Amino acid sequence: MSEALVRGTWVVFLTLVVALFLTILPLPTAGEDLRPQWVAMTLIFWALALPERVGVFWAFGTGLVLDVASGTLLGHHALGLSLVVYVAVELHARVRIFPLWQQALFVWVLLILERLLALWVLGATGQPMPGLAYWASTFVGLLLWPWLYVVLRDLSRRAGAV
Amino acid sequence: MILAALAALGLIVADHRYQHLGALRATLAVMVYPLQVLADLPVRVARKAQGRLADERMLREQNEAMRRENLVLNARLQQLVALESENMRLRDLLGSSFRIGERVLIAEILAVDLDPGRRQVVVNKGSRSGVFVGQPVLDANAVMGQVVRTNPLSSTVLLITDSEHALPVEVNRNGLRTIARGTGVGQDLELLHIPKNADVRVGDLLVTSGMGGRFPRGYPVARVTGVRHDPDDPFTVVTAEPTARLDRSREVLLVWTLSPESATEALGEARSDAAPGSGVTGPDGRVGGSP
Repeated sequence: MSEALVRGTWVVFLTLVVALFLTILPLPTAGEDLRPQWVAMTLIFWALALPERVGVFWAFGTGLVLDVASGTLLGHHALGLSLVVYVAVELHARVRIFPLWQQALFVWVLLILERLLALWVLGATGQPMPGLAYWASTFVGLLLWPWLYVVLRDLSRRAGAV
Repeated sequence: MILAALAALGLIVADHRYQHLGALRATLAVMVYPLQVLADLPVRVARKAQGRLADERMLREQNEAMRRENLVLNARLQQLVALESENMRLRDLLGSSFRIGERVLIAEILAVDLDPGRRQVVVNKGSRSGVFVGQPVLDANAVMGQVVRTNPLSSTVLLITDSEHALPVEVNRNGLRTIARGTGVGQDLELLHIPKNADVRVGDLLVTSGMGGRFPRGYPVARVTGVRHDPDDPFTVVTAEPTARLDRSREVLLVWTLSPESATEALGEARSDAAPGSGVTGPDGRVGGSP
């Protein structure tokens, strides 16, 4: 039992590291705005799959690391991610039985919420406001979610985390 | 949840207002550093491969071009030494102190994407190499930006095109002082508060004026690309384009400005301190500034 617990934690940790890696991987300038919110999506998946283990504090810690990695104010991403993961954990029982496309829409709303909070932080601290392209990544996230879901689900099953 | 949200808000305020979180940020940054190096790896490998695949003719051509450039630069340098000492003598006569001589450290930009809304880059030298916050960063052509955050192994550089960056400059042709602010849009700078009758023309070179105390005086910054008179604007709208290759440079120079006494010391030090990989060069990082 405890072995599965440790293994599960490792899988979550590794996927988050990969998500962070994808977030800072250099892209051509045109693709920068289309980069999906890898970290947010991975956290939402784990919050839905393992709500008793991955919760707000995972999100908070990952958010801080993301802030440092992307050079933003500390807490900038941590705030949005914790709120989004909280909502995902609260509603996991309902969302888990949704068909995949409906689930993707739910995740999309969460992704928008995360971006909205980040935007609010930008505004509150008087930093320059991004343009409309800022929201493009949520649409990429919406399209990507079904695939990410399947990949991560298989991964967690194979690793015996669930 | 509420705890986490409050903690996040507290951190945002603390980081934004008081900048107290250096230690926490540095610890996290050390953890993130391996990831950044890893993300940089594909670009590094591609460069290596390019180097391996270069054929002899290309290398020969490159070598020839560099030799020619070196010759030209050396010729100019001879003049510069004489001019510099003459300048010092004259300033001595005037009784004004003048800081001259710089120590330069070469750092490499890590190919890592940060927040797309800001113009920042990460370089692979940190406080362990003596990098400090506010330090000017140059490339071979001009001023690139300044260090805004240092970690033990890496530091973050704010580029001059970021919309929160402003830099005191002067027009090289007539010494008109102004401030160049980044726009955050494209590669443009704008000059603030230029009166309607000011003498600024397209093509003018802007150099650092040294007024803010951060950047040494006389480094090229940008070239004026547009001068527009809006009838309803009390000031002239002037845009400029940085002469530094902000999006293409891979190596950057971190500069320490030295007082005359320590300049000579550092010179000797730099000569003896030619340890491999230390990347310290003599104070010959001076660029441009027409005589």
